Amino acid sequence: MINANLASPRQDLIYMLVFSAVILTMPLWLQPFGAAYPGLLQKFMIFGILAIGYNLLFGLTGYLSFGHAAFLGIGSYAAVWSFKLLSMNVIPAIIFGTVMSGLFAVVVGYVCLRRAGIYFAILTLAFAQMAYNLAYSVLTPITNGETGLQLSQQDPRILDRMFGIEATSSLPFPNLFGITSAGFYGFYICAAVMIIVFFIALRIFRSSFGLKLRAIKSNQTRMSYTGYNTRPFLMTTFVISGMYAGLAGSLMAVTDPLAGAERMQWTASGEVVLMTILGGAGTLIGPLLGAGIIKYFENIFSAFNENMLMDAFSFLPDWMAEGVAAFLGLFVGDGWHLTLGLVFMLIVIFLPGGMMEGLQRIWKLIRHGRHKRDHQSKSQQASAEEA
Amino acid sequence: MDAILLQIMNGLDKGGAYALIALGLTLVFGTLGVVNFAHGALFMLGAFVAVTLNKLLSLSVRVKDESVTMFDAYKETPYLELWFGDVGSQVINWSVPLSILIAIPLMLLIGVVMERGLIRHFYRRSHAEQILVTFGLAIVLQEILKLMFGANPIPQSTPDVISGSADLSMIFGIGETISYPWWRLIYLLFSLIVIGLVFSFLHFTTYGMVVRAGMADRETVELLGINIEKRFTIVFGIAAIVAGLAGVMYTPILPPDYHMGMEFLVISFVVVVVGGMGSLPGAVAAGFLLGLLHSFASMTAVKDIFPGIDQIIIYLVAVVILLTRPRGLLGRRGVMES
Amino acid sequence: MSKSKDSMKVTRRSVLAGTAATTGALMFGGVAPLHFIRNAHAQEFPGDPGNNSSIVLGFNVPQTGPYSDEGADELRAYELAVKHLNGEGDGGMLNTMQPSELQGNGILGKKVEYVTGDTQTKSDAARSSARRMIERDNVAMVTGGSSSGVAIAVQSLCQEMGVIFMAGLTHSNDTTGKDKRRYGFRHFFNAYMSGQALAPILEDEYGNDRKAYHLTADYTWGWTQEESIRDATENIGWETVETVKTPVGAGDFSQYLTPVQDSDADVLILNHYGNDMVNSLTQAVQFGMKERVANGKDFAIVVPLYSRLMAQGAGEAAKGILGTSNWHWSLQDEGSQAFVKSFGQEYGFPPSQAAHTCYVQTLLYANACEMAGTFAPWEVIRSLEGFEFDGMGNGPTLYRAEDHQCFKDVLVVRGKANPESEFDILEVVQQVPRSQVEYPADKWGGELGPYKPGE
Repeated sequence: MINANLASPRQDLIYMLVFSAVILTMPLWLQPFGAAYPGLLQKFMIFGILAIGYNLLFGLTGYLSFGHAAFLGIGSYAAVWSFKLLSMNVIPAIIFGTVMSGLFAVVVGYVCLRRAGIYFAILTLAFAQMAYNLAYSVLTPITNGETGLQLSQQDPRILDRMFGIEATSSLPFPNLFGITSAGFYGFYICAAVMIIVFFIALRIFRSSFGLKLRAIKSNQTRMSYTGYNTRPFLMTTFVISGMYAGLAGSLMAVTDPLAGAERMQWTASGEVVLMTILGGAGTLIGPLLGAGIIKYFENIFSAFNENMLMDAFSFLPDWMAEGVAAFLGLFVGDGWHLTLGLVFMLIVIFLPGGMMEGLQRIWKLIRHGRHKRDHQSKSQQASAEEA
Repeated sequence: MDAILLQIMNGLDKGGAYALIALGLTLVFGTLGVVNFAHGALFMLGAFVAVTLNKLLSLSVRVKDESVTMFDAYKETPYLELWFGDVGSQVINWSVPLSILIAIPLMLLIGVVMERGLIRHFYRRSHAEQILVTFGLAIVLQEILKLMFGANPIPQSTPDVISGSADLSMIFGIGETISYPWWRLIYLLFSLIVIGLVFSFLHFTTYGMVVRAGMADRETVELLGINIEKRFTIVFGIAAIVAGLAGVMYTPILPPDYHMGMEFLVISFVVVVVGGMGSLPGAVAAGFLLGLLHSFASMTAVKDIFPGIDQIIIYLVAVVILLTRPRGLLGRRGVMES
Repeated sequence: MSKSKDSMKVTRRSVLAGTAATTGALMFGGVAPLHFIRNAHAQEFPGDPGNNSSIVLGFNVPQTGPYSDEGADELRAYELAVKHLNGEGDGGMLNTMQPSELQGNGILGKKVEYVTGDTQTKSDAARSSARRMIERDNVAMVTGGSSSGVAIAVQSLCQEMGVIFMAGLTHSNDTTGKDKRRYGFRHFFNAYMSGQALAPILEDEYGNDRKAYHLTADYTWGWTQEESIRDATENIGWETVETVKTPVGAGDFSQYLTPVQDSDADVLILNHYGNDMVNSLTQAVQFGMKERVANGKDFAIVVPLYSRLMAQGAGEAAKGILGTSNWHWSLQDEGSQAFVKSFGQEYGFPPSQAAHTCYVQTLLYANACEMAGTFAPWEVIRSLEGFEFDGMGNGPTLYRAEDHQCFKDVLVVRGKANPESEFDILEVVQQVPRSQVEYPADKWGGELGPYKPGE
């Protein structure tokens, strides 16, 4: 999977089919994990898309952006405005959100890509902080500040009026031609988008364009010497990546039509970095895995408490169970961020390729073992034949 | 005139804090070549040294409060007050300045442990990886503090004698009364002294000169048979002390909580980049400059012309400087330019 | 544990329903919220306990962020309320509430259980936590808050999901004004009432010729409070010199405080709450504003929304400062006394106004269910609307049907100069009668919406 360029179209097709099946059946196979409720499933998809997009930039080119949350926020605001002004249909909202953050990415990318390394990181951070601070203060007429941008009964919704969709007495909810985007329907809408954008990411990974991006990562100077102007490549990737984030942001608004400024804060950008690294930067599936794990932990792990731990360790003698529960209690519930930080550090120190590298190593170990055994049995056969 | 004077004071004050944090950050970067995202956490640890000392000093005995009749309420009387009377309560009252004495050795220890234990393994890895691992460390440190002290800010008070405000008009000889809190004046003075000490250490001691030589040309210094690594460890410790002291002294201005480090980290990175990566005078100059600019941008007259400018001025300056002067104000050639 | 298993069963069924319905969903048309379809087989409404022996309530309070002190106290009050509803402890206000159908055997005979969430004082986090409660934990009612921004955001979510929201501490006019919802109810008073109650006392204290400078938390609550206090003070002849918005959680307010000295204002009005108010008030005092003389008068600081917790945080700085409060533990009526007694015995200190309103809201919800004889939200809403009660502090109170706002007496309080105990920080200057703070229900527009979502 990692040596993506070697995969044949047929293999890709199988890959995509398996991927789609896994995504669409999530409400079933996540049941035993207690994660099969719509709110969390939607988050898996939304943050998955965000991480995949982030990975296109960081994973392929090595440019570390600390400002991706700004694109997410802009996508959300644009989508909610589309609901307010145009229509409650999710399609214009998604398009509007993606395009708006794409435009913003053009501006930010044009400026930030003049510098590389830590300067690039600081520049993106600066832009994101500016966007966040402005959304909180002077842009209040557009963002509704701290309260967050919400729908209202009095919104014009021009297109809806034009097509004669009657306003109900309750607040309208976003929908896809009449199918509401709340709950499980919302999840399936997000899942469909996820499958499409995953396919696009796959094509980028496999293309010569993707190969050039990787060349930039390994040695940008050499790349320039071979006559390539790297800027257009970087710019394209940056904008695509920003659009992915905008798409994720607009899906957030689709499943819950409120846009708050806090989703633009730099710590939110930091979270995307965590997801991508945790799963495995530069791999296709890794960021998705990272996003899933972090969101799962955030929602499930954080709800653990000491009583539940006591139950789990009730087979131990009381004093011991208490000790173990008290110690483990530090890492769950309120302390799950601590666990996240520790795991993240361990990954950066020992497993720079993230969980995907870990899985690969295990896979290799197993294969190696089997290979050895095969080899041994073969040589035994050979010696038997000789004898 | 008064307004401008007050905003200058505000700006210098904030600038002092920025400069102190940025100084340590750039010291580490210039010597060790490490981008330390956990530097804000050191600032926070310093602040919590003050909190911890205050908590220790005011350990209390619980006595039933007879004035509350509806339920059993308890009054807390600190042991120190019980044993030493007024002297005891004075000691508690002075806990923030006292913390400085404890913060110096403690922060040195924390710095050395951090460098020996983690940072030095990352000397030869990419800047991105350095950022990531120290970012992880910052999260871990702040979460540990959150578990220990809770999520709420814990206000610290200044000693009563200097809790009020000074009249600046007396100092500057202007007619009208202009009040400015004593503690903020002290903070400004304190940051200037610490900055002065760090510079004198680097410029006027042989130890410091070797460190500076190592910053400029590490290989040559090592060829001379000097163990530069050991000195760099101490430098990291010094950076930790500077950040920690900035944190201790800041507690009466801003009640410390577990994510104050992250908040200051972003700004101090901007300060370092504006000043020029690896330039100590640059960090100090940029710290005060950005502090002042931020203050002026907050003036009503300015905000009327450019609404919201106070919210973005620091970042805007950073963007402009990075694009026009890639090395920052006083940056040296060859830093971060692979 | 059995509870979560049950909710999983619901979910599995709903998946099948969901997948089957995707193709034919067009027929639902319009905007029917999904949970309504989702639970069609198992439940008649979200949070329906069915044959379970217990009912689940969702307590969604800020456990981190600038309002977390209040949040912690709210949670204590909720836990106490659950105890009392289940017949444990001394019963608290269950004994003083009138009229009441509560018997201390849970609600409608079902034991009360609860789940908690952290709103982080952020709309996004609060909504996602409320959704988790509704979708995963199958709660029948969501309650909490300490920020009006959050309360309004959660309230509109609850309307969409069809779950009742009993607002905790939220003081913005918008909560039951332009953003009111059929599924949202507020017991706490609002900024308008604060202004009406406070203005006459400000007039007595500081006269008619004053120039006010506002620092305002930059979100819905701050905006409406600034507007209400401004109107009320301008009615008594004060002039508003300047209003400045400050970001929530700013921490260091020095840059906003220094311009006050340069203006010709002689009153500083702090439209801040929680840790923000603690910081801005302490810093204002550090900047010498208490000793300041302007226009030949003693400079004054006013904190329109005051609470004991904040005054405690501000310490010395709070002394002599005027403001309003929804409730205070020193009130001598039977209900307040009963509540303070059982809260104090449980935790060793008196409850805050945030704790009081949350406790009362929980009891009111429980009682409304008993009155309706069902948990079906539209029935519970009908029995809450226009409900008149007494014995819960603040005297006779009305839950107005037109906007779901409670009307009751408002307290004007002042930071006590010589506190007798650690908790004796505020003194009640006046209990302003309900009639003085009433206003027409359509003052700020807004619509409640339908009883059943999607109607």
